[in-house]
Amino acid sequence: MIQLKNVTKTFSGNKMAVEALRGVNLFIGEGDIFGIIGLSGAGKSTLIRCINLLERPTSGQVLFDGVDLASLDQKSLLNKRRSMSMIFQGFHLLEQRSVLKNICYPMEIAGTVKKARLGKAEELLKLVGLSDKRDSYPSELSGGQKQRVAIARALATDPRVLLCDEATSALDPNTTAQILDLIREINRTLNVTVVVVTHEMTVVEKICNKVAVMENGQIAEQGPVENVFLSPHSRIGKELILPKTSAGNALSVPGHMPEGACIRLVFQGQSAFEPVIANLALECGAAVNILSANTKNIDGKTAGQMILQLPPDAKSELHVKTYLKEKNIFFQEVELYA
Amino acid sequence: MPDIPVNTLITGVFETLYMTLLSTIFSYLLGIPAGIILYVTGENGIWPSRPVNQALGAVINLLRSAPFIILLVAVLPLTRAITGTTIGPTATIVPLVIAAAPFVARMAESSFKEVDSGVIEAAQSMGSTVWQVIYKVLLPEARPSLIVGGAIAVTTILGYTAMAGFVGGGGLGAIAINYGYYRYDNGVMLITVVLLVIIVQLFQALGMRLARRLDKRHMSSFT
Repeated sequence: MIQLKNVTKTFSGNKMAVEALRGVNLFIGEGDIFGIIGLSGAGKSTLIRCINLLERPTSGQVLFDGVDLASLDQKSLLNKRRSMSMIFQGFHLLEQRSVLKNICYPMEIAGTVKKARLGKAEELLKLVGLSDKRDSYPSELSGGQKQRVAIARALATDPRVLLCDEATSALDPNTTAQILDLIREINRTLNVTVVVVTHEMTVVEKICNKVAVMENGQIAEQGPVENVFLSPHSRIGKELILPKTSAGNALSVPGHMPEGACIRLVFQGQSAFEPVIANLALECGAAVNILSANTKNIDGKTAGQMILQLPPDAKSELHVKTYLKEKNIFFQEVELYA
Repeated sequence: MPDIPVNTLITGVFETLYMTLLSTIFSYLLGIPAGIILYVTGENGIWPSRPVNQALGAVINLLRSAPFIILLVAVLPLTRAITGTTIGPTATIVPLVIAAAPFVARMAESSFKEVDSGVIEAAQSMGSTVWQVIYKVLLPEARPSLIVGGAIAVTTILGYTAMAGFVGGGGLGAIAINYGYYRYDNGVMLITVVLLVIIVQLFQALGMRLARRLDKRHMSSFT
């Protein structure tokens, strides 16, 4: 549905040029909730703005239903934008307009007649659960309510795509969860394709079915969330996905370099109910050291992950690995940096 | 008791109000579009154009740097061409507008810059044309700030009208000069000053009140 082909974007400043995107290739399918995750400055906000051409790529193509957006004239581009709505971290509501009038705005500029506008706006307010706030002004709303209004406004032109630029980053965890539920509901009931830009792995885990991990203006890896979660292979992917200790990253425990090899186990479905570690210790006689463990909800399925340090001798290491393979438990070796 | 007929003072007040209000209206008719052009053609504007922005900016800076009392005399031929005369309140409106419009343009530009650029971006993401962004987003969102600017512009123009009294402009300024300066009548001088202060206070209070009333950001500050 949306395809990015070798997209680059360079911002030329007075002294130096900044390469925000360096050859990005992406495919977002109809009905996907596609996550784009990365740290600040990775280029993800620039990337999402290239999808609706708020930023024009320096080179490369942005295809929407096979049509190269850069080739369109201004009028057709504005039309296309109406089928690709966007919500933002800062909500960006019109402060001088009431909630209802905010939702009417996109229909106003699209030339919808007044009666139809108001009817649709009321309907959308109901969908986001804010019917009682129709005559309030944005300054009277909480952050979560503002984002609901922004979502209602984004849906006013019956878009096929909803672009979310750090839409939950300014919200507390509870409100974030509610907004994400709403976005997923919209995806399912209205069949709106969603693109989510975020720096929080929890957001991707909660609603996305596909993910692209970005670093330095490039896609480090991409695929179904389950696969990327199961075995992240890029450095940045590991950093974002592997469990963190209180000291920061589990992969770097300064001055405390464990001697044995470390492996990361992922439990999914049934294996989450078996006492794997206890059995492992009993059957292999290996005293493994649990460095970190947690469970997550990935795309609606429970998954657990654990980082184990194996005994330093090669024999018990092999023993443990064979045992895990027999039990069909996914594991990968991870490196530890001092 | 100062030696001046009450009627002369009343006429003076009306002439001052007439010059001030008409000049303000014309200054805004020219200044707001100029402010919009400055804003949209600016570096991060929605229709960036360096040549247009720099040319307009240069004209505005040029007019703003000429002292009003000099501008007043320098544009006399233009004043005569437009109004047919160079004295009286109506003639004064020409130099007043020439002096005030660039000032209004800069103030409007700064009001527009206060509008959150994210809101503009959101409007663009919804498929707004440049024109729709201007009259449906930029102008309404900047309205409270524009009105506060309006109150400042009115008082500045009022100050200019007094200066116009020196070259036969009429109004309270002319009275203050003719009676207070040439005849050393300090009483009349004092009365004109008091009247001017009252008029300024009224405009200022009215502007602030209107701005507050029309601002829908009830509880939040100007951020």
